[in-house]
Amino acid sequence: MKELIVISGKGGTGKTSILAALSSLGPKKVLADCDVDAADLHLILHPEILETFEFISGKEAHIDPDLCTACGICAEHCAFEAISPDFQVVPEHCEGCGVCAFMCPEEAASMSPRSCGFWYKSRTRFGPLVHAALKMGEENSGKLVTTVREAARDLAEEKGVDLVLVDGSPGIGCPVIASLANIDLAVLVAEPTISAVHDLKRVFELTQHFKIPALVLVNKVDINPELVKEIHAYCRENNVPVVGEIPYDRKFTQAQIAGKSITEFDPKGLGKDMERIWEKIEKHLEDVAVKTK
Amino acid sequence: MNIAIASGKGGTGKTTVAVNLAALMKEKNLDAAVVDCDVEEPNVQFFLNPTWDKEWTETMFVPRIDEDKCLGESCRKCVELCEFKALIWMVNSVMVFDELCHGCNLCKLACPADAVLDSTRELGRVRSGGADGITVYGGLLRVGEAMATPLIRNVKRAAQEEKNQIWDCPPGTSCPVIASLNGADFAVLVCEPTPFGLHDLKLAVELVRVLSIPFGVVVNRAGMGDRRVEEYLKQENIDLLASIPHSLEAAQAYSRGELLIHSIPEAAAGFETLWSNILRKTADKATA
Repeated sequence: MKELIVISGKGGTGKTSILAALSSLGPKKVLADCDVDAADLHLILHPEILETFEFISGKEAHIDPDLCTACGICAEHCAFEAISPDFQVVPEHCEGCGVCAFMCPEEAASMSPRSCGFWYKSRTRFGPLVHAALKMGEENSGKLVTTVREAARDLAEEKGVDLVLVDGSPGIGCPVIASLANIDLAVLVAEPTISAVHDLKRVFELTQHFKIPALVLVNKVDINPELVKEIHAYCRENNVPVVGEIPYDRKFTQAQIAGKSITEFDPKGLGKDMERIWEKIEKHLEDVAVKTK
Repeated sequence: MNIAIASGKGGTGKTTVAVNLAALMKEKNLDAAVVDCDVEEPNVQFFLNPTWDKEWTETMFVPRIDEDKCLGESCRKCVELCEFKALIWMVNSVMVFDELCHGCNLCKLACPADAVLDSTRELGRVRSGGADGITVYGGLLRVGEAMATPLIRNVKRAAQEEKNQIWDCPPGTSCPVIASLNGADFAVLVCEPTPFGLHDLKLAVELVRVLSIPFGVVVNRAGMGDRRVEEYLKQENIDLLASIPHSLEAAQAYSRGELLIHSIPEAAAGFETLWSNILRKTADKATA
């Protein structure tokens, strides 16, 4: 089984639209949406949720106001500014370390398991989907990503499917790092803007750091042809294959509004382009040695 | 006054709004500092071109075990207490996994033998500099470092003396966004009028409501999608602060790192409206 991820560093470059298109192409697969704090893939895939799981991870502190003497020891030692001036725990800032509970001389602070969100196993027209929703402002997005990834992998094994397709989140921090674990191949979506080129380089460095082979797909190429050339030059220098260019086309937005993938919305035009891109990605995927997991 | 520019979805135009707003304030002879709280993929510098006058490395505490003082297997208090499994008992000593450590200090507080020593892990760089009358602060997370929040706190700390701050927040709704929004007097939520944009706007609205931060919405690339965002704003009684119209010219200007208030007249008008609406909404906060 192989696992392919689509990421971009910068947000809004078209990851999810591209992933939705790739979902509709190629062999049978299991899909995993690892953008757990602002997931959008379900808006195109319209999943039918089959199973819901609560995601409990880490702990959260509570302070019993009846026992609290307002001594301030907890606030003094909290490294996360999670104790309010009236000595209550601010759940959005609490990282669940337990320092307050350990230090409190009155045993007013205690720890309890933390419910951080939900994850789901669903059915879609392109195959099974594992996705999740992190609660507002929660910690542990990386662990939720790991949970989604493991569930997708198990599902693929159970169904005898050889491919897991992963939608990543923007950035290069915790959830992205979690989403890259054991990935066989990463497709980096670039766009020709000065910001996105910079962000592409950062996310490419991250894939290098974890020794994950990468491909580049350039989206919205008509915005700035000069920067498209720069992206190509950068990829050549770093031996990263560019698997295609996608035009800046309103049809992508129209497809999104219609709740369809671009392959369904414009099968003869952009849909064909996506097919060719998929064929190239598939070739690279074949060349990647199967990891022992 | 601290104005946070946020959005659930990435790529909606947070940085565009932050840098153009700052440039507009400067034209009005107001102090403005831009704090780039996106330390994973910072982009403010491409639009304001600051000269970084100061740049330094930020680190966080991670423990080191003094083997001579450690009481060994009979104690293992640090290993049992660490909620992040950053300390593990291996054969006959405590092993530290730096990258799992949150820097809470519990191991050190709990050790009965004073065997936990201070060490550090590099988080990344923090930098500040001037850009044509605007001060810019930013951070650059070390590639491979998972925890963005401590570095974000350091960037904000570096800027704390500035009077009028514009905080360019990272995308999403999880901990880096919370750390960025913390202490904001007002939040500008930037969204695009598409189904993805609307879905993620709703998440961002939920978040600023939980955090009790007054807010309004900017619709960027207005006209590119449908009207569902505007309908939602009406329904929820949320202030539409401004609309920045969609155009290929604006996308091209952005791609080159240009300020829209200088190159796209319709966008310039939108930012004027945005600024006057922010002033109206934050009338109780001193700005000038």
